[in-house]
Amino acid sequence: MESGIVNILVDISLMTLLGITAIGIVRSRNLFATAMLSGIYSLISAAVFVTLDAVDVAFTEAAVGAGISTVLMLGAMTLTRRSEKHAIKLHVGPLFVTIGIGAALIYGTVDMPPFGSTDAPGFQHIVPEYIAGSRDDIQVPNIVTSILASYRGFDTLGETAVIFAAGIGVLFLLGRRREDEEADESSNSSKGEDA
Amino acid sequence: MRHHLILRVVSKLLIPFILLYALYVQFHGDFGPGGGFQAGVIFAAAFVLYALIFGVQAARRAFPDSWLAILIPLGVLIYAGTGIASLLLGGTFLDYDVLASTPTGGQHLGILVVEFGVGVTVTAVMIAIFFAYAGRTHEIQDDDW
Repeated sequence: MESGIVNILVDISLMTLLGITAIGIVRSRNLFATAMLSGIYSLISAAVFVTLDAVDVAFTEAAVGAGISTVLMLGAMTLTRRSEKHAIKLHVGPLFVTIGIGAALIYGTVDMPPFGSTDAPGFQHIVPEYIAGSRDDIQVPNIVTSILASYRGFDTLGETAVIFAAGIGVLFLLGRRREDEEADESSNSSKGEDA
Repeated sequence: MRHHLILRVVSKLLIPFILLYALYVQFHGDFGPGGGFQAGVIFAAAFVLYALIFGVQAARRAFPDSWLAILIPLGVLIYAGTGIASLLLGGTFLDYDVLASTPTGGQHLGILVVEFGVGVTVTAVMIAIFFAYAGRTHEIQDDDW
């Protein structure tokens, strides 16, 4: 079982990197560093998804998490300060709540079926039908796509509508600038902005 | 970023391939990993890269705001329209079987069209959000970082 050992080593190193990045995000006061670290975090998560054979999810995580959202974070940062306010105080109550919920979640995983087990309830109910259906009825090699676009077409329509609504919302709030602002910018564009 | 010669040359070289790759992910999503969501983001990323290197004004000229206002709803309409079309052809809403002469062909066509609708909306929304944020600041000087 040499490949098993290699897989475990890859998993351990990816998880270690994830942990280090998360600690770096928490500790850093510089928002530029935080934005870049969260991009790195997404990229490592994408690698974790690849090791779990969830290539479609990895693809999305790499494109959205590491790509677009890093850029949007940086864009949002230019509208605000470059560093976080220095106010570290240990809040005991929230710390206990976090530790308690985390422990409860870990306790909950004890009851979960073993990782990758085909007996898991999630694989018993309707999944065999989908797998057989996308081979025989739809004849699409990528089962993810046939489930997403055909079996779960309503859900995906809803997701598209959510993205539509998000886009319209951002356009209403930030998109259209008044004409005097446009004129203002063209006359002021040589000046840098004090952050 | 006027003086970043290497960035400008490399990005000019890369952007056509990023766009081509987005189209590949879009229309090959039923055979390989990917689909409308991923393709839309990759397509938008090409414009974001262009805007980062050549400035938001140049990117706005390449992808005018009026296109965004059309494309954002168009994708949803393409998706919902596929459902209406399958209704009119005698199936249920979003039942692609009736779209072509064979059920399998109909499924392939339906998935392709629906994913295209997703891709259009995602591309336009991503570019719109980026423009909305990036358009609010003046050009950032290198010293500001």
